[in-house]
Amino acid sequence: MSHPAPAGPVLEVNGVSVRFGALIAVNQVSLSVARGQIVAIIGPNGAGKTTLLNAVSGFYHPYEGRIAFEGKDRTRLQPPDVAALGIARTFQNVALFKGMSVLDNIMTGRLLKMRGSFLLEALYWGPAKRQELEHRAFVERIIDFLEIQAIRKTPAGRLPYGLQKRVELARALAAEPKLLLLDEPMAGMNVEEKEDMCRFILDVNHEFGTTIALIEHDMGVVMDISDRVVVLDYGRKIADGPPAEVRKDQAVRDAYLGVAHE
Amino acid sequence: MSDLLYMVLVAPFKDMAGAPAFLVEVLIGGVFAGLMYSLVALGFVLIYKASGVFNFAQGVMVLFAALTLVGLLERGAPVVVALALTVAVMVGLAYAIERVVLRPLVNQPQIILFMATIGLNFFLEGFGEMAWGANVKKLDIGIPDRSFIVRGVQINELELTAAVTAAVLVTLLALFFQTTRIGRALRAVADDHEAALSIGIPLKTIWVVVWSVAGVVAIVAGLMWGAKSGVQFSLSLIALKALPVLILGGFESVPGAIVGGLIIGVGEKLGEVYWGPLVGGAIENWFAYVLALAFLLVRPQGLFGEKIIERV
Repeated sequence: MSHPAPAGPVLEVNGVSVRFGALIAVNQVSLSVARGQIVAIIGPNGAGKTTLLNAVSGFYHPYEGRIAFEGKDRTRLQPPDVAALGIARTFQNVALFKGMSVLDNIMTGRLLKMRGSFLLEALYWGPAKRQELEHRAFVERIIDFLEIQAIRKTPAGRLPYGLQKRVELARALAAEPKLLLLDEPMAGMNVEEKEDMCRFILDVNHEFGTTIALIEHDMGVVMDISDRVVVLDYGRKIADGPPAEVRKDQAVRDAYLGVAHE
Repeated sequence: MSDLLYMVLVAPFKDMAGAPAFLVEVLIGGVFAGLMYSLVALGFVLIYKASGVFNFAQGVMVLFAALTLVGLLERGAPVVVALALTVAVMVGLAYAIERVVLRPLVNQPQIILFMATIGLNFFLEGFGEMAWGANVKKLDIGIPDRSFIVRGVQINELELTAAVTAAVLVTLLALFFQTTRIGRALRAVADDHEAALSIGIPLKTIWVVVWSVAGVVAIVAGLMWGAKSGVQFSLSLIALKALPVLILGGFESVPGAIVGGLIIGVGEKLGEVYWGPLVGGAIENWFAYVLALAFLLVRPQGLFGEKIIERV
């Protein structure tokens, strides 16, 4: 990244609440993600993790609180505008373009980076051709990086679940995001696939310096790879800190092991 | 028995060989009709690709475009001005449809969107006739409806102009949607709305673009059909002829719409002229549907359709 990065946290969530009718899915949650960090958001089912992520990426809008990206308020943006700011994401249930090849899927991640005349593009001529080739080269680097060369031409819908998740990560990376949001990147994977995914997440963080916020169920994984852990329960934040501290926290243990809620 | 086989399998081809100039005329007529079907089918394909919506109102959009054009011409607007205004009206319509019909229904099941287009169909039909009147209108765009003869083949000037216009338009659209980044964005939107949004594709813009293009296609179709047979309510029924074209070509394929249209146009004209007398005529009326039915049984995704991939 050549341009100087502004100081301060990449993402700041301040007192955000999201509700659906009478249900308050996220209740006055605040958290901040510092540049270059991997922050994990964990919590039992229904804790509001995905809702929070959807609020950050513009799919939901909080009814109170504010969300700032690189110091600028962007509480009310729509998903495409959020993507244009440099926030890429993956989905819990894998949202790939199933009929398109893996390569085309990843190329769609470059759409925001493409410019120029439609006429030239239609003729595949001059600058348009050069541009297409440049983007293609970048995408090939990501394909190498995530070790999916063998399936480049396969329609995404035919791949096994673990690989689909990897392709989705590749598409998100193709946008060269400043902030990467991963919704349960390891859900439904076997141990080996989980290890691979952990390695990729750490590599992305180290090599590209990408800031990452991820949701994960698997406590072991979370403790291994994250710099900070935020714990949600029933829509509220109950803990926030380095993994070692959070692990010892009594409220977290109660939430996970089960304690009667009054 | 052998007489019957002779009449079905041999005699028609002997007729064709016996009068080649006439055969060429029939083929030209078929290609003309086929390109017109392709134009209408293209309107369906574009919208279906971008939003997964089967736009029941496409036929009425053709009627509405033609009515608007005729209405403006009747009020004394020059052809160029009337055309430009009609394009503006169709783009405005696309905006309105996105805002009033599609946006509130984002993430609803496709059947809901389909029902919405049925509503749109009735609205446009009523609104068009209210604004411009329901009587049959003559559309005169200054191309004479006369014929000239090349090497013994009679060619109608109006049909030729229409065919060339349609061919150019169809080629441009195919290029645009197959190779530009809008084309890629379009395919992405067709596949998964949420994912498309998350990678920065503005759904609303894509929809407005696609409905506008479908509107412009409707203008050209309305113009050509209208010039040939007058602007009246039955114009909206050519949408019914586009359905077999879609089944033949595949719902999400631009080349499919073109090839499907040509096959049906040429097929029904040949059938009518050479095999029609055997069954007392009117083959033209049902040929397309029978062919579509056969295709549904053998190749339901159409000639160019994408095979539906589903992991089980």
